[in-house]
Amino acid sequence: MSRIGVFLCHCGTNIAATVDMTRLAEATKELPGVVYVEENKYMCSEPGQQAVKQSIIDRGIDRIVIASCSPRMHELTFRKMLTDTSVNPYMLEIANIREQCSWVHKDKEAGTKKAIDLVRMAVAKVDRNAPLFTSEIPITKRALVIGGGIAGIQAALDIADAGFPVTLVEKEPSIGGKMVMLDKTFPTMDCSACICAPKMNDVGAHPNIEIMSLSEVEEVTGYVGNFTVTIRQKAKYIDYDLCTGCGLCEQKCPSKVTSEYERGLAKRKAVYKPFAQAVPSKPIIDAKNCRKFTEDRCGVCEKLCTVNAIRFDDEDKLVTLEYGAVIIATGYELIDWTSLYGEYGAGAYPDVIDGLTFERIINASGPTEGHIVRPSDGKEPKTVVMIKCVGSRDPHKGKAYCSRACCMYGAKHAHQFLDKIADGECYVFYMDVRAMGKGYDEFYMNTLQDGATYIRGRVAKIYPEGDKYICIGEDTISSKIVTVSADLVVLDTAMEPQESADAIGRLFGVSRDLDGWLTEAHPKLRPVETNTAGVYLAGTAQGPKDIPDCVAQASAAAAKVIGMFCLKALESNPMISVVDEINCRGCGDCVDVCPYKAIAMETVERRENSVWVTRDIAVINSGLCQGCGACTASCKSSALDLLGFTNEQILQEVDALCL
Amino acid sequence: MSLEQAVEAPQKTAAEAAEVAEDWRPKILAFTCNWCTYAGADLAGLNRMNYPADVRLLRLPCSGRVNPQFVLHAFQKGCDGVLVCGCHPGDCHYSTGNYFTRRRMLLYRRYLEYLGIEPERFQIRWISGSEAGKFRDTVVDACEAVAKLGPNTKYREEGR
Repeated sequence: MSRIGVFLCHCGTNIAATVDMTRLAEATKELPGVVYVEENKYMCSEPGQQAVKQSIIDRGIDRIVIASCSPRMHELTFRKMLTDTSVNPYMLEIANIREQCSWVHKDKEAGTKKAIDLVRMAVAKVDRNAPLFTSEIPITKRALVIGGGIAGIQAALDIADAGFPVTLVEKEPSIGGKMVMLDKTFPTMDCSACICAPKMNDVGAHPNIEIMSLSEVEEVTGYVGNFTVTIRQKAKYIDYDLCTGCGLCEQKCPSKVTSEYERGLAKRKAVYKPFAQAVPSKPIIDAKNCRKFTEDRCGVCEKLCTVNAIRFDDEDKLVTLEYGAVIIATGYELIDWTSLYGEYGAGAYPDVIDGLTFERIINASGPTEGHIVRPSDGKEPKTVVMIKCVGSRDPHKGKAYCSRACCMYGAKHAHQFLDKIADGECYVFYMDVRAMGKGYDEFYMNTLQDGATYIRGRVAKIYPEGDKYICIGEDTISSKIVTVSADLVVLDTAMEPQESADAIGRLFGVSRDLDGWLTEAHPKLRPVETNTAGVYLAGTAQGPKDIPDCVAQASAAAAKVIGMFCLKALESNPMISVVDEINCRGCGDCVDVCPYKAIAMETVERRENSVWVTRDIAVINSGLCQGCGACTASCKSSALDLLGFTNEQILQEVDALCL
Repeated sequence: MSLEQAVEAPQKTAAEAAEVAEDWRPKILAFTCNWCTYAGADLAGLNRMNYPADVRLLRLPCSGRVNPQFVLHAFQKGCDGVLVCGCHPGDCHYSTGNYFTRRRMLLYRRYLEYLGIEPERFQIRWISGSEAGKFRDTVVDACEAVAKLGPNTKYREEGR
């Protein structure tokens, strides 16, 4: 027979004003199993907690109900309180008589009746509680960072600096991401390469960081503290242990192809480093365009390489490693505006370009060495039109969200253009100017001072006339149609998630929102965690961001990982599913329902009714199970139950309500 | 005559309706998930919203934990209405739990209707942790609808 102690909290007058506590106490005393009832002004206070502890000793109470505020508020407080008593912390139930009773009902009679019901339900449930015990989960103190953009770089550096090994996986040949492509960064106008490249070098030289370039995550198993990740390292056809990065192969390679890094404005070789400051500072061979692979001739790189590092027979390698935590920083891609905006020429006009291409044009290390010229004829443009929100804030054609960085990089482009071309004219078509960062609005104001003409409205049509592009739009402030004859048009296009984010999200059980961005555990209070324990988000993988926000989020995610790695071990959640092996009929429905891949079918041999039988049963991995209970409702033979919320406990509660 | 019509619930007689006491209030049980609807209900409290005291919440980790048998059990034991509430589809704390709830419970609702339990007595609602107003409205609507129908007599165990 259980000995239940019930503690009724007045919460000052928060509860006592609407609930007749004396009546509640009297009704509670009548409930089966209740041996002690005590009222207290504040249960959560030190004296309140002391009263519980004392009565455990004095009255021999073995399970506890506290009628107070929401369990979401103080369940943990009271569980902690029980850790140094003889009562197991899970022999506790909370009746929520504040948020869901006294605060929402004005009628004292109805409120009191409901409070009695709620306490009765909690008493009935706690009667069937069983002691639960957390176990220790060991932690593999190595972190995996997916994506080598500025967010991934920052996160990897922070974790490595704290003394933990990190693997940085990047699908491109070099880390650096989008930031390294930029010329200058708003609002300080420091050169992007000058602040990004040193960080890349730090990563390359850090003893705790291993870079896996040209690699992708292929398979994930395990759980927080103990992920097993298989990474595919694609064939580079160059032995990085031998290669010195001298660049002779790249110089002599005869195949020229369009450079992705230069956004199609320049050529690269088939054996190449994407850019001069690449990390790792060694080339790869692009097998699709290498004559050795396509025509089985040439091989000049192999002949010239002084250290014999060329490996035409190189193959993809699969590496499997253990990790304790994962940071996903897969970043963004610019939306393919050419398929969406026919009115802007759908990509047919060479001088209608996106913002990132303009970055390469104004970049001192870019294909034009920073001279602003038109991609079509190399002439200096005198009139530039910039169009914002191309694909952003446009639910009909593109995305409904704001891409956040475009207002500022648009202002920066205008500023840079007017700075470099003294007699230039710059027209910016905008919807709203959203300059909400530190020093951003000041920067925008300066751009206006520089002479940029901001026109509120969208461009409806662009068409070529001679070597000019006629942009027709509406100025919605003066309600007039505006026509600008431009030499160059820059579209500030929307960010969208990297294509790989979907697969990565699926691999790690991180949900994507309707636009494909990976979702955080809580938009305000857990912005870098995901609902998969041990997996964190950094940078634009989670949503559009500018560089400061990416770096801040990366450091936050790294701090979470470091915090976890500083623990000796993790405490497991004991409220997980359990299988009744006798009743399990081996249908495997639960395996399909489990979102955490925590259930597996195992073939067992067992003695039943004096005969040996071989059959399949479900086995739950207690480290992976998060205790959602989805499997329990899917089980046709009721062999699955959820500890802490067992079928029996729930039915007891229902019965108690209906008494 | 279709099968559904054949087993159509008999209408409550006037005498039965008259038996209902003046001060009778419906007894409604809400199965709520811990992460969304329960949090939404807490927020309604925090905002001091006011709603009828006829609904009792039963906290579960996820709406996917709700076994249809719990619902039937509640009706058998004397509940006049049952709500199953969880996170919005796509927002499940456990990624996919409420997708199963949605399929299972919508089917189950039709089944209960087939068995003669008025659909107003069993409702499925998605209420997020920030939708205190929606929680209140759901409770108000459910109480009103069930109060109109009167006590549930179907499948009720004797003496209850």
